[in-house]
Amino acid sequence: MRAVSELPEPTGGDRAGVDRRALAVTGVAVAFSGRTILDRVDVAVGPDEVLALLGPSGSGKSTLLQVIAGLLRPDAGQVSWDGRDLAAVAAHRRRFGLVFQDALLFPHLDVAGNVGYGLKVAGQDRQRVARRVSELLDLVELGGYGGRAVATLSGGEAQRVALARALAPAPRLLLLDEPFGALDRDLRDRLAVDVRALLHQLGTPAVHVTHDLAEADLVGDRVVRLSDLSRPV
Amino acid sequence: MPAWLLGLVPAVFLCVFFAWPVANILARGASTQGLSLLRRQQLWRIVEFTLVQAVASTALTLVVAMPGAYVLNRYALPGRRVLLALVTVPFVLPTVVVGLAFRAILPASWIGTIWVILIAHVFFNYAVVVRVVGGLWGQIDPRYALAARTLGASPWSAFRTVTWPLLRPAVLAATALVFLFTFTSFGVVLVLGGPDTVTLEVEIYLRTAELLDLPGAAVLAVLQLLMLGLVLTVTARLQARSAVAQRIRAPSARTLTAVATLGQRALAAGVLVTIIVLLAAPLAALVLRSVRVGDSWGLTFWRALGSVDASTTRFVAPLDSVRVSLQYAVATAAFSVVIGGLAACAVAYSGRAGRVLDAGAMLPLGTSAVTVGFGLLITFDRAPVDLRGSWIMVPLAHTLVAVPLVLRTTLPVLRSIDPRLRQVAASLGAAPVRAWATVDLPLLRRVLAVGAGFAFAVSLGEFGATVFLARTDTPTLPVQIVRLLSRPGQVPYGAAMALATLLMVVTAAAVLAAEALQGRSRVGG
Repeated sequence: MRAVSELPEPTGGDRAGVDRRALAVTGVAVAFSGRTILDRVDVAVGPDEVLALLGPSGSGKSTLLQVIAGLLRPDAGQVSWDGRDLAAVAAHRRRFGLVFQDALLFPHLDVAGNVGYGLKVAGQDRQRVARRVSELLDLVELGGYGGRAVATLSGGEAQRVALARALAPAPRLLLLDEPFGALDRDLRDRLAVDVRALLHQLGTPAVHVTHDLAEADLVGDRVVRLSDLSRPV
Repeated sequence: MPAWLLGLVPAVFLCVFFAWPVANILARGASTQGLSLLRRQQLWRIVEFTLVQAVASTALTLVVAMPGAYVLNRYALPGRRVLLALVTVPFVLPTVVVGLAFRAILPASWIGTIWVILIAHVFFNYAVVVRVVGGLWGQIDPRYALAARTLGASPWSAFRTVTWPLLRPAVLAATALVFLFTFTSFGVVLVLGGPDTVTLEVEIYLRTAELLDLPGAAVLAVLQLLMLGLVLTVTARLQARSAVAQRIRAPSARTLTAVATLGQRALAAGVLVTIIVLLAAPLAALVLRSVRVGDSWGLTFWRALGSVDASTTRFVAPLDSVRVSLQYAVATAAFSVVIGGLAACAVAYSGRAGRVLDAGAMLPLGTSAVTVGFGLLITFDRAPVDLRGSWIMVPLAHTLVAVPLVLRTTLPVLRSIDPRLRQVAASLGAAPVRAWATVDLPLLRRVLAVGAGFAFAVSLGEFGATVFLARTDTPTLPVQIVRLLSRPGQVPYGAAMALATLLMVVTAAAVLAAEALQGRSRVGG
């Protein structure tokens, strides 16, 4: 993918020091109707780090990402950023991007409408939105796709648009929930390499969740198993 | 045998008993005597009131029912499915029963005002919004809104920019349906309204039954047909434009959220209170009024149903109309199953001719009941087909209304049958008719029973067309109830309440039984 030198600086001055953790999850526990999904999970992500989180399906990976994103309130534990507790910060104010397994592009908007969605709700004017959208589409190698209906995209293209959409508002952390899970092996490996390069260019820390060890190795600076994160009883 | 031949009987039925009467109304309406009515200011006041009450009823229904559509389809409430089924009951109740229920619960001074009519219309159409809008809402993947949240959208902004556009086609469809129902509402307006709340439907009835002004009634019917046609065309256009051609269903069944926060609890409680106060209380009041004699409780009114006390020589004993209604309902169920079943086969197995028949069979549902009854009345009162005073007029009219329902329940099942099953049967040596009889018919039988249940319930409650066609000596239950209501005294009034209670129980039982059977046939098919 392209270099990103021409992109505006993604985050402001709240970048953490190298030796500090950006994201810290401590003792997070979630149970649904009596069944334990997450059992006091501890995990931390450094300021430039891409963490690959490995676990079989149903192990609570998506739940952990939803807790981090602020979409789900944990029964116990806390999520903090730069040492500040995020409990009182709503999902839309956390500036954590999230990419789902199935791209979940908004079906009533075209490609440009999807990528520019976060910028529009932030109240940016139309010209700036258009500029940033075309930069991001170039970045994911889909230049000129802006007017396309999302139904016409292939699986790989849809996932790239979803990635561009998540990156557009310049999130300070990117959460990737098995983003290539629905794609075939070949495409998956290629996208994994691309995403790794992209995240390092942007300097955006990320949590990449997958059940595939090879993919985790490809993307992550560090690979951890979700089952190793729970505190011993 | 070509498949379209199956459609011959339903097509002839529709032409004779629907197209011909409507054409007859158009012809009568074009007379100079009738057209002079259009210059009267009083007529335009009626048109205006009809429109105003329909728009107000529709808006009010949407406002009241949207939270219910959301909560009942998105929240993991205990007993959610039972609640959804119960909410549907008011929609299938006869209009006359609903009218009586509101007479039972509201102060007498409210009767005859527009407010009672609006409230009764919300009661009736609550289920339309909950089923149509909520049905879609329950299927939209909740992660769309979550995706919007992580992109910086507040909960309200995520609703406005993502959920609402996805929901819009269903909201439009529900709005069109509620408008259609309230625009042509007759029983409710007749029972609860007064001289200030005359709608087109009521005026058509009054001109026919009391003023004997057939040309005038015909003009009004034509006017109403034109307005309905306009509304249906406009909404079809709007819907085509806002449809989102995309899979939006959640891949997993988990679209329900736990009721956790204070706001969620408050919303759920608000919806439950609405259901209890708006939907359950009037029906409970109806039952209570039927056993409330003066200041004490008793079965006086129920006993009066079988006696001549409640009736004079001109009136038939109320209990007799139970027998009449049941006979008509059985006849309607039989006619509708034959005609609707044949129509469904013709539509499913043949191409273009089938689509024409499908559209044609749905037309009576978009026409007002009063128009259907009035058309039949003025068409079959002389040669070549003189059915004046024949019992068959009532079940024929009911069949026109019930056939679309039978068609809509049967068609999806027929279409879901894998044609290869028939080929397998053929390869095993079954002739085409035998292959059909062994593969399709067993599935068809069950779903036709469901359709019969719905047709039975429709016939029991139908009022708008029946009131034109029922003979004086054989009134149906709804007609008898309205007659009792028009008589002075406490006993006829109480007997009307008792009869309405009876009608409510039988109708609700028929519909719930049909729905239960339908649920099982889906699993089986």
